[in-house]
Amino acid sequence: MAQTSRTDETELIAGLRRGETRAFEMVVRQYGPRLLASGRRILRDQSLAEDCVQETFIKAFERLDGFEGRAKFGTWLHSIMVNQALMKLRKLRPDKHETIDDLMPQFDADSCRIEAPWSHLATPHEMLEEEQTRRLVQSHIEQLPETYCIVLQLRDIQEFNTETVSEMLNISQGAVKVRLHRARSALKTLLEPLLRGETMS
Amino acid sequence: MTMLATRLKRKLKGAMLKWLPGMLTCVQFEDFLIEYMEGDLPQRQRTVFEFHIRICRECREYMAAYKRTIEVTGRAYGNGAAPVPDEVPEDLVQAILAARRG
Repeated sequence: MAQTSRTDETELIAGLRRGETRAFEMVVRQYGPRLLASGRRILRDQSLAEDCVQETFIKAFERLDGFEGRAKFGTWLHSIMVNQALMKLRKLRPDKHETIDDLMPQFDADSCRIEAPWSHLATPHEMLEEEQTRRLVQSHIEQLPETYCIVLQLRDIQEFNTETVSEMLNISQGAVKVRLHRARSALKTLLEPLLRGETMS
Repeated sequence: MTMLATRLKRKLKGAMLKWLPGMLTCVQFEDFLIEYMEGDLPQRQRTVFEFHIRICRECREYMAAYKRTIEVTGRAYGNGAAPVPDEVPEDLVQAILAARRG
């Protein structure tokens, strides 16, 4: 989050609540860059990310009374941005997987894992050096249902911790972990031909 | 190995993991995996979990591929967190402030 002490943050929010134009401008300049970077990562498009950031600040300014100070102000702003971005993603990518149940690990009746032997496990370099395979990896990530894709984006790509992601998505830390695990498991299944080196030349 | 022998071997493995003390079934291993990855497993459960990794080829290889998936995901769009620009474009700042003024 932006480098702001709690005291600075409190003063800034008090300024917003008093309707001071200067405070609004400071908030946009201070928190905007990080929101824009994160939005660009999620939406993969500069102009959509800018729209998203604009909507985020407008919503945040309208809902200032809803900020209770439990999370950091930057995290609260981020949670609004993530929700705005999710709405955009739903419109942009209607052809996502609807469910990931079929992509979960398999077990037999004796609770033993069913996993074909791995004779080769591709390195990240092998999987990402070619533009074509990199795009394929990205498209598999982006085709996951939004609730899973967003957790992967925030945890494994943007590297926020579980506590922050739970505040951003307004779900428990346990729910973040469950979604993260399911998302990773599903993605592992989708990437399996690449991971096994089967589709690379 | 014939299909029958393979099935028998898996049955024995399943029974051993289920009934022997200090063992986890693969399903239980799966349930603990995220807690292990997050470093949230207490020491005793961690030891049991790591013992399962040593004795179960399927879970060991699954976990290696799972970890590799995380690595690949993290690098799929370049390394680490998104580069943060020093500032937002000025026209965006002005558009936001103008929208607030209504």
